[in-house]
Amino acid sequence: MTQTTPQAAGTQNGAADPILEVTNLVKHYPLMGGGVVRRRVGDVHAACDLTFHLDKGETLGLVGESGCGKSTTGKAILQLSPPTSGSVKFEGQELVGKTRKQLRSIRRDLQVVFQDPYASLNPRIPVSDIVAEPLIIHGLFKRLGRERVRELLTVVGLNPEHGNRYAHEFSGGQRQRIGIARALALEPKVLVLDEPVSALDVSIQAGVVNLLEELQDRLGLSYLFIAHDLSVVRHICDRVAVMYLGKIVETGPRDHIYERASHPYTQALLSAVPIPDPKLERQRRRIVLEGDVPSPVNPPSGCRFRTRCWKAQDICAEQEPALVDRGQGHPVACHFAEPRSLL
Amino acid sequence: MATTLPDQPAAHTTDGPVLQVKDLTVEFPTDDGIVHAVRGVSFDLHPRQVLGIVGESGSGKSVTSLAIMGLLPRSARIRGEVNYRGQNLVKLSDKEQTKFRGKNISMIFQDPMTSLNPVYTVGWQLQEAILAHQDVGKDKAWARAVELLDIVGIPNASERAKNYPHEFSGGMRQRAVIAMSMTNDPDVIIADEPTTALDVTVQAQVLDTLRRVQENTSAGIVLITHDLGVVAGMAHQVLVMYAGKPVEIGETDAIYYDPRMPYTLGLLGSLPRLDQKGDEPLTPIRGAPPSLVNLPPGCPFSPRCPMSRPHCDEEEPALRAVAGVDHVAACHYAEELAGDVGAAEVFETAETDSQAIEQLDQLGDLEEAKAELDKAEAEEAEERA
Repeated sequence: MTQTTPQAAGTQNGAADPILEVTNLVKHYPLMGGGVVRRRVGDVHAACDLTFHLDKGETLGLVGESGCGKSTTGKAILQLSPPTSGSVKFEGQELVGKTRKQLRSIRRDLQVVFQDPYASLNPRIPVSDIVAEPLIIHGLFKRLGRERVRELLTVVGLNPEHGNRYAHEFSGGQRQRIGIARALALEPKVLVLDEPVSALDVSIQAGVVNLLEELQDRLGLSYLFIAHDLSVVRHICDRVAVMYLGKIVETGPRDHIYERASHPYTQALLSAVPIPDPKLERQRRRIVLEGDVPSPVNPPSGCRFRTRCWKAQDICAEQEPALVDRGQGHPVACHFAEPRSLL
Repeated sequence: MATTLPDQPAAHTTDGPVLQVKDLTVEFPTDDGIVHAVRGVSFDLHPRQVLGIVGESGSGKSVTSLAIMGLLPRSARIRGEVNYRGQNLVKLSDKEQTKFRGKNISMIFQDPMTSLNPVYTVGWQLQEAILAHQDVGKDKAWARAVELLDIVGIPNASERAKNYPHEFSGGMRQRAVIAMSMTNDPDVIIADEPTTALDVTVQAQVLDTLRRVQENTSAGIVLITHDLGVVAGMAHQVLVMYAGKPVEIGETDAIYYDPRMPYTLGLLGSLPRLDQKGDEPLTPIRGAPPSLVNLPPGCPFSPRCPMSRPHCDEEEPALRAVAGVDHVAACHYAEELAGDVGAAEVFETAETDSQAIEQLDQLGDLEEAKAELDKAEAEEAEERA
């Protein structure tokens, strides 16, 4: 479906083949009951039937609030937690169902940067060893060695002299840079960035965002950028997919989504983000959503957003809206999609 | 000092500030030395006024609020004055402070799950807060508790008051905490990062509630946050903190449209904006905030400041009027930022060392090595098969 999406402005590719193709991806986590005998009492529908693709050299933003399944999607793509069903293709190769050994060569091209720079770095080894680890694991360290590690540290803006220090000696922003250097060690083609800047203060965050953009330009990387901060996503992404309760509700080129949001949820989300501009901020009208996100164990029938939607009618409960272009220029999963400018 | 938003009632009242903080300093003795967490904070808060305190982690904004509330551990050394209607709260004993805490000055904390007691119902906790300071009967207190929950937008308040905190969602819990801060019609409400732990749509609900509080009471609100977007829409006045000190204070519009301290300018430039396409690079501020244990002499921002000159490392600039009396900034060279100076003109934006990337390229292409590995592994797999 997303194949019909018009090419985003800013994508520097000419290739028709996407580098990463996700089709009907489903990830359910079993929900175990308490008591003496633990048995399966249900499923947490974390990611349901997701279809999207990532082109070479572009950044796709996967946005949504906590619990919408965006991190689950990232993990399922990387096969860190195998999907329940569906297909993930990297350069035409199917990843789902492969063994760890078979995935090894693909993992050299598909790397990840995690959110928490405190938890994702080994505290017991010096950072040059942390960055060297992917090279060692894949048996490339002897050939490429220390020199490459030093260069990697320089590339991400750290002093290679500090390579023998430990992770705790660095600040949050510097640690995130170490994580990026580690992800870059094997010259991957795709980086899955799972909330890479949300743990950082804004002045530090800006540096990491700029670094990611420059690295992409220089090294031709493709990013799957998972985030909840819509301002950062607007800044860094070429295309955006908005998730709600395990489903993509709207997807399209960045400026389409931000200027002509057509799904009520996207509209509510955009209207809720504060803008650091006092005059503008006082004039803005907010769409304040009632109630809370329903449980992913028992998602509502039909459209999952209908319980909080001001446009909801009977059809929304009966029929699930497909993610298709209804004349807005990009796919929207809403029976009553209508573009609206919120900025 | 007080200013008004165009669409809001006048912030001026005749009786002057309700809260006056003067030269507040807080120090914590530690094994590594004395941590100078707050190094001289002064501000006035008027009724109906919202003062936004912004700064990054470790800038001393939370410690300031805890000092005002008298909630710091005993090891903290607090100096200066916190005058509430002419009475210096810092000088009072803990017992005497209790009379003010929660009654005249109340606080909203960041994490609503830890500021509510999990073993009592929400209504019970609100009722308790009322009974602690007011001489009313239990029934009346309960009725007031329900009324407050209704004001903050909890649907079906009379029933929900009987729920425990875990039965509330994150946004509802925070609204319940806001209701609790209003129980005794305080003159001052301090909200310390009230929306930081929440998702944006929930944040919108909570900010909506705070606006309602502001309309319904005459309290002055101190809004502490790191989010410049939240402050832009809520505050009349903004105080920017860095390394334990205010570095710029002014009316909200002046701070956002005409910042005179390089730090404020950099902070605004480092924010990606929802309403801008993002083709311009952001302006990061290099380096990290200084350690508050061994502060070097001079301006604490100097090591990160692109405008820094030798003089900056010798003398710490004091807050001084830069544009009108109400707009003060702590920078020796604040005048250079007058007029429309963009952050990108002052701060450098390039992140990577282009030489480093070239050198990385020269180190040999990994492509070949990886292809060889792929081949070797495939062969191995075949052999095994």
